[in-house]
Amino acid sequence: MRNAWIICRKELSSYFVSPVAYVLLAMYALIFGLFFWLFLQRFVMVGMEMQMRGQSFPMNVNEELIRPLLSNMGVVGLFFIPMITMRLFAEEKRTGTIELLATSPVRDLEIIIGKWLAALLLFCSLLFMTALDMAFVFKYGKPDLKPLLIGYLGLILQAGALLAIGTFISTLTKNQIIAGISTFCVLLALWIIEWPSEFESAMWAKVLSYMSIVTHNESFARGVLDAKDAIFYLTVIFLGLFFTARSMESLRWRS
Amino acid sequence: MITVKELTKRYARTVAVDEISFEVAKGQIVGFLGPNGAGKTTTMRMLTCFLPPSSGTATVAGFDVLDKPLEVKKRIGYLPETPPIYPEMETTEYLEFVGKLKGLSGSDLQKRVDYVCERCAVADVRKKLLGKLSKGYRQRVGLAQAIIHNPDVLILDEPTAGLDPKQINETRDLIKSLAGDHTIILSTHILPEVEQTCEQVIIINKGRLVATDSVRNLQARARGAESVLLEIAGRSGDLEASIVQHKLQQVSGVSRVVLKQQIDGRGVFEVESQKGKLVRGDLARTVVESGWDLNELRPAAMSLEEIFLQLTRSDVAPEHENAPVENEMAAVKEPQA
Repeated sequence: MRNAWIICRKELSSYFVSPVAYVLLAMYALIFGLFFWLFLQRFVMVGMEMQMRGQSFPMNVNEELIRPLLSNMGVVGLFFIPMITMRLFAEEKRTGTIELLATSPVRDLEIIIGKWLAALLLFCSLLFMTALDMAFVFKYGKPDLKPLLIGYLGLILQAGALLAIGTFISTLTKNQIIAGISTFCVLLALWIIEWPSEFESAMWAKVLSYMSIVTHNESFARGVLDAKDAIFYLTVIFLGLFFTARSMESLRWRS
Repeated sequence: MITVKELTKRYARTVAVDEISFEVAKGQIVGFLGPNGAGKTTTMRMLTCFLPPSSGTATVAGFDVLDKPLEVKKRIGYLPETPPIYPEMETTEYLEFVGKLKGLSGSDLQKRVDYVCERCAVADVRKKLLGKLSKGYRQRVGLAQAIIHNPDVLILDEPTAGLDPKQINETRDLIKSLAGDHTIILSTHILPEVEQTCEQVIIINKGRLVATDSVRNLQARARGAESVLLEIAGRSGDLEASIVQHKLQQVSGVSRVVLKQQIDGRGVFEVESQKGKLVRGDLARTVVESGWDLNELRPAAMSLEEIFLQLTRSDVAPEHENAPVENEMAAVKEPQA
């Protein structure tokens, strides 16, 4: 695993010496800030309306603000993941550095895990950008910490699964742009796959709904740690990395 | 150090490498020679465990490339055709990364990085971004990365491609200085390179092994025996080539005479002698006695280039009967005794 860590550190540093990481960080912070502002405004308006009507239910910050915020960020993740994963293998294949990795005394799996982990850590640093917004919530409100952490865990797990899919797609081509676009299309498909199930209750609709990446994030956003959803994400991570390994192997047989 | 037995690489429709067998002893520099597309890179990729062979075996330092790839990779330094560098990294940062991948760490790693920087003359660009380096420097950084873990075997794929003449010389000297500590296989399609750097040559063409021998033996073998170039001019201004050829053929010890060039009244002939016979004096005498002028007489050392062309020609008979030299007009052959 030492080798995986060496590769992970190299990947992280190449994210951060290029503008890629900073552009992503800025965009993520901006979009999160925008959503935060929108939901906060709605939260305040609802609160004032209720006060004017004389009702005095205590409003729950976790339910009314954090939950919609995190569940929206789950969808926003779909747009960021391809930009993180597209270069992972495609770039190495284009410049030929894949030959260096493949002829070093390192196992394929260590290369794959190193790269995937670097992508995941970059995503975690995106999430870290949201700490500022959350700091305001804690300053002026009293949210529960545990559901909030579970919500973040959900985002990380979901990102791990999507990143594994993106990593796999990146091994299929030499072209970053193609890798990025196809990853985006696949992730989009995995999101909208559940839409038909809104009007259907047949078995196939349930299956489609279960396959959707985003639905599994709902429980996390609510602050509930559901083993079923966690296992779903872990399975996708495993499958994604497994297919990446197979793809790397076939690369050797084909190229 | 390296043993290759009937190594074959088949793709869906083509055979890239076809049952190649050779051996490389420890400490040797071996030139891997062949035209573009002959299968040099494919063979090297199989030796470095980048590609698995379709059949046959290859062992490096006693480890099979299929069964023990990690052990093989630990003992191999590989420089692919384009140096595998990350443009966004600094030279030392890159060398440290590769060193760590190859299993070095701590003060060992620092020592090796310093050493290879010095050895490959990249010490003055240690803190530069690799993407900003010139081709020559990149190539040397590539070489530095290949020797960072002090491997037993170095595999270099066209290490001088795309360099200017000065850099080519420097790179060759560097490679020569690395021999002894390392067993080196270098591929190239530039012949003087092999003549200058290598002790042993492996020639392949269209995936098949054509020849494997030492440079000197190969030259001797292809030449067969001494061969001499004569430029002869007729006194009266014209020269009957066939008569000259016939006369020269009569000289004892001559195996064949080839007219290589004829320009108004002068002719250049290549004369090959039988093995172990000195014919220069007799040739000169014959020419003068026949009333012609002998303008020039010099030994025609066969360059590796010609050997190479001879050996890699697609014709059926790769023997030296029909050396593919330019302006070959006629050849009179005597039945071999």
